[in-house]
Amino acid sequence: MEFVQNFPFITIILALFSGPLCSVLKSRAAKRVNTAVICLVLAMSVAVLVFTLRTGEAYIYRMGHFSAPWGNEIRVGVLEAFMAVFFSVIMLLCMLGGRRELTAEVEETKQNLYYVMVGLLLSSLLALIYTNDLFTAYVFVEINTISACGLIMIRQNGRSIEAATRYMIMSLLGSGLFLMGICYLYDLTGHLLMSNIKEQVALLAASGEYHIPLLISITLMSVGLAIKSALFPFHAWVPDAYGYSTLSSAAILSSLVSKGYIFLVVKIFYRVIGFDVIRESKVINVLFVFGVLGMIFGSVNAIRENNIRRMIAWSSVAQIGYIYMGFGLGTTAGITASLFHILSHAATKSMLFVSASGLTDVSHGETDFFGLTGSGYRNRIAGVAFTAGSLSMVGIPLFSGFISKVLFASAAYDTSGKLIPAMIALAVSTLLNAIYFMKTVIRIYTPSHRAGIKTDTRVIAMREQPQKAVVLMLFIALNLILGLGSQPIVNMLTQGLEMFG
Amino acid sequence: MSRKRPESEYQKTISFRLKQWLSGTKDPFIGTLEMKARELSEGEKVRIEKEERLRTREYQEEKKTRVSRWVYNSRRNRDVRVFRGIYRACAALFCVFLLLMLLTAVSWLPTEGLEDRPVNNEVSARYIESGLQETGAVNIVTGMILDYRAFDTLGESHVLFAATMTVLILLRLDRDEDKKRQQADDRLYEPKNDLILQTVARILVPPILIFGIYIILCGHLGPGGGFSGGAVIGAGLILYVNAFGFAKTERFFTAKTYKVTSFSALACYSLSKCYSFYTGANEIESVIPLGTPGAILSSGLIFVLNICVGIVVAGTMYTFYAMFRKGGY
Repeated sequence: MEFVQNFPFITIILALFSGPLCSVLKSRAAKRVNTAVICLVLAMSVAVLVFTLRTGEAYIYRMGHFSAPWGNEIRVGVLEAFMAVFFSVIMLLCMLGGRRELTAEVEETKQNLYYVMVGLLLSSLLALIYTNDLFTAYVFVEINTISACGLIMIRQNGRSIEAATRYMIMSLLGSGLFLMGICYLYDLTGHLLMSNIKEQVALLAASGEYHIPLLISITLMSVGLAIKSALFPFHAWVPDAYGYSTLSSAAILSSLVSKGYIFLVVKIFYRVIGFDVIRESKVINVLFVFGVLGMIFGSVNAIRENNIRRMIAWSSVAQIGYIYMGFGLGTTAGITASLFHILSHAATKSMLFVSASGLTDVSHGETDFFGLTGSGYRNRIAGVAFTAGSLSMVGIPLFSGFISKVLFASAAYDTSGKLIPAMIALAVSTLLNAIYFMKTVIRIYTPSHRAGIKTDTRVIAMREQPQKAVVLMLFIALNLILGLGSQPIVNMLTQGLEMFG
Repeated sequence: MSRKRPESEYQKTISFRLKQWLSGTKDPFIGTLEMKARELSEGEKVRIEKEERLRTREYQEEKKTRVSRWVYNSRRNRDVRVFRGIYRACAALFCVFLLLMLLTAVSWLPTEGLEDRPVNNEVSARYIESGLQETGAVNIVTGMILDYRAFDTLGESHVLFAATMTVLILLRLDRDEDKKRQQADDRLYEPKNDLILQTVARILVPPILIFGIYIILCGHLGPGGGFSGGAVIGAGLILYVNAFGFAKTERFFTAKTYKVTSFSALACYSLSKCYSFYTGANEIESVIPLGTPGAILSSGLIFVLNICVGIVVAGTMYTFYAMFRKGGY
């Protein structure tokens, strides 16, 4: 075994250990430890990605002296390694972009606890990506839930505590349903290891035995994870949680936490139940309907929203709808499109959150739509980044959002019966996206004196907030990379998906 | 100027002072006028403080009554009434639906107690048959959670840690004035020198703590382990603090103690598991001896891990109590 193969396990333990370590450190030291850990995780994940691309096959890493059905194991392929790299990049950028807000909005003595939560969250995301055991996945879902609650409520004002309470209730409901699904599945198959469950489920599906509990188990797991990743009818916690938490929390929650659960859904479809059984179970049709409804309703609510952060949050609901619609198509092309949209949405949404905070900084902290008039002139880089993010979300060529829409459309073309609803939903949703994003872009580039609004003309040059400016430029670059160099990435995703099941 | 004056003398002249006053570099009244506010007497201070507190409380009460009168009052606000009705009906429907679905699923599950259930497979067979030889733990459950599936338990102990940290974020009071106020409030509720409670606690607490330690240390020999033993120790500490107050417990258990113990326990856990995962995955023979099953120092790392988990759980229980009671200790 080569030494690189140890890296996935080392990254998980390293991130996990950074939690307790930050809890005994002062805020400044904790900040440095946290940044160092994220960078280390990133470097190791890149090494793992290179290794898996070179060997071209997934490998199994045994956690301890006992092999798989008895002990724990993790499984590493191209897709997992790529997701780990991408998630740590986004995590790093979100933390750097929101650092100033973090120091301003969180009590000095509690800032180290924030880094505790981020460390635990990162390790749980990595574990969700790599694990090959359904119960391990549940344990790390728990860590994920608790630390996400901590991230929301650390900005201790009334709204964020209320948002955290809502998030906790919905998220625990999701965890509970997911756990019950696992219990039923264990009772039917006698295994917790993903590959073994798949064998048993294939036998059960072939013989038709235990059809009803199997169906209910699949439903419970899908619905549980859908609640946790804010699919349309279960999205009520989203606007408050993203709108009133501190900046890095909002960016991390929207672009990483929900995506971790969605990745787990892909894993359950491919590796636990088997995609053929899922397709026959009709659960994906329900996901398709919810996804399409989410695309429309999320956008409609975003149009009606006046607060820029909440508007971006509503847009997240719509984008999660896109991802679940891709699952609902029931083809591998659909799943690939969804995976690409996970990347594109994560890169764009965190950029929008960071740039929106840059815009509110130059508008007396107003998050209100009218208060932002002309802010694109006062903070140039934030205005450019917000415009780039909006164009990407609407689906203009050059940016990543365009590619994911093309992938969705071409995936829908190969399905029977879902082509027309998917196309209509894509078209309507794109139009609605354009309405609310372009409305905001026009607003931030309307000179305030011409709109008859008196604002002071404090201009923030890039020099004043160099960290944020650099982060925003990196975000724009990431978006352009995803948009212009999409083919190698899509190839990588397809290759990863092949060795995933 | 016919004769030279020294600088210090020149500065005393009226013209110089006038010039200074005009240019604003010097205020002639500083140091010459009494500018200090009058010292308030003790009674006045108390009165002003009380008035201020009353003002804010009155304001808050008023706000609360207004909100409840106009916004959340279902008699006055028809929308709220309709919404509440629909909401409750939907919640009830959802619960009934979920209940029916789960019961249906349960009724279709494999029959309990039959020999050919899917869960009676090679996995549980190996745990039962060779668990003792492979892990060295007489208690198979401990062997399973701390050796076969140690990665899950590593996550689980961090769940507890994460929960404590979240409670710290929510409830810990870090500003001095908050702490003082809470301390003053807490005095009112603290039973002061309750003789019955103190006598009972004096008799009960030592056996409880010793029993907890016993459960942790013998977790690999019989029923018990870190989670249950730690909970018992935590309960003992909470009883002690209720009887004797925080001043007594803080002689041996402060926030710093908690930080250091839980950090070292989790660090010890992570490091030892790092070792065993690394050696296991790379096919290196572990140097940790399993010992003779049944002896107190046996079963390799399980003994150490039980102690680590016990420390984390006990600290978590006590910290939860202290945070909910007065936001710190």
